[in-house]
Amino acid sequence: MARKVPEINAGSMADIAFLLLIFFLVTTTMDTDSGIVRRLPPPPDPSVVPPPIKERNVFNVLVNKSDRLFVDGRVGDIKTLRADTKEFLSNPNNSEELPEKKTENIKYIGTFQVSKGIISLKNDRGTSYDMYIQVQNELTAAINELRDELSKQKFGVKFSELTNDDHIQAVQKAIPMSISEAEPENIGGK
Amino acid sequence: MARFKKEKSGELPAISTSSMPDIIFMLLFFFMVTTTMREVTLKVRIKAPEASEVQKLEKKALVSFIYIGPPTQSKLYGTESRIQLNDTFRSVADIAEFIFTEREARNEADRPLLTTSLKVDKEVKMGVVTDVKQELRKVGAFKINYSTKKKVVKED
Repeated sequence: MARKVPEINAGSMADIAFLLLIFFLVTTTMDTDSGIVRRLPPPPDPSVVPPPIKERNVFNVLVNKSDRLFVDGRVGDIKTLRADTKEFLSNPNNSEELPEKKTENIKYIGTFQVSKGIISLKNDRGTSYDMYIQVQNELTAAINELRDELSKQKFGVKFSELTNDDHIQAVQKAIPMSISEAEPENIGGK
Repeated sequence: MARFKKEKSGELPAISTSSMPDIIFMLLFFFMVTTTMREVTLKVRIKAPEASEVQKLEKKALVSFIYIGPPTQSKLYGTESRIQLNDTFRSVADIAEFIFTEREARNEADRPLLTTSLKVDKEVKMGVVTDVKQELRKVGAFKINYSTKKKVVKED
């Protein structure tokens, strides 16, 4: 007579399945797409002559084909780029070399000295994308830090934590994202 | 260790948990199936650069992707950076058409909000990227996003 086969204990199956479930829940990071947001300028209109901009109002950032930086007439470094950009845009000592400011009356902020400075970024065709992103990142970081400072001073919170759209717009108006990209040049070849 | 003994009458029978694994497996399969990202088969290798000042892409339905990088099958396609639109390799000249079809696929109201996300490998030279950007400017797709990974902040 055949013996009765003992039942296989399936109690731990649930635990195994749970473990798998949790593993998938944790590892499938829903590929959150993030990145640096930029707005491209419309194509240049040949009939419109660009207005002259004073030398002191332009912050030239050049990146060459071997990923070296040339910042406002000097050899630059990615590590100091953020501080340099901040100094240029804020011009704390009202230096003659650094950009002019225009006094504007902005709602929610009051009178504010808006910098006329423009960052001009120019890269070579041979620049690596990585370097380009690093430069863009530093420039964005400089502007974001300035916005944070202003926002903290006026509204008590960081710029990214502002919820009121009017406040966001006010800060954006006071410190504009003034990065302009020059038309590309082909110096270093491919 | 579980023991199976003859139950005495009067005791409550144990609740059967044998269907628990099935329930959990069902959940597991649900998650495994739903979390497949709507994605094209990448034919180019993309290792995104890292940056700290990143913003999240909000409406995923309103994003069209352009992939640029060296082909994964380098024996077949070489090592020169290529542009991938949808599932095929394309040239810079095809970008205008790609953007138009992407626009056509959306509601009229959503069209101005369309963002183009550039997923570019770190090693790609800016030449290709600049060409793509110029092409996007021509067709009026001004909102772009350089896809980057969030940098892990190091203490130094």
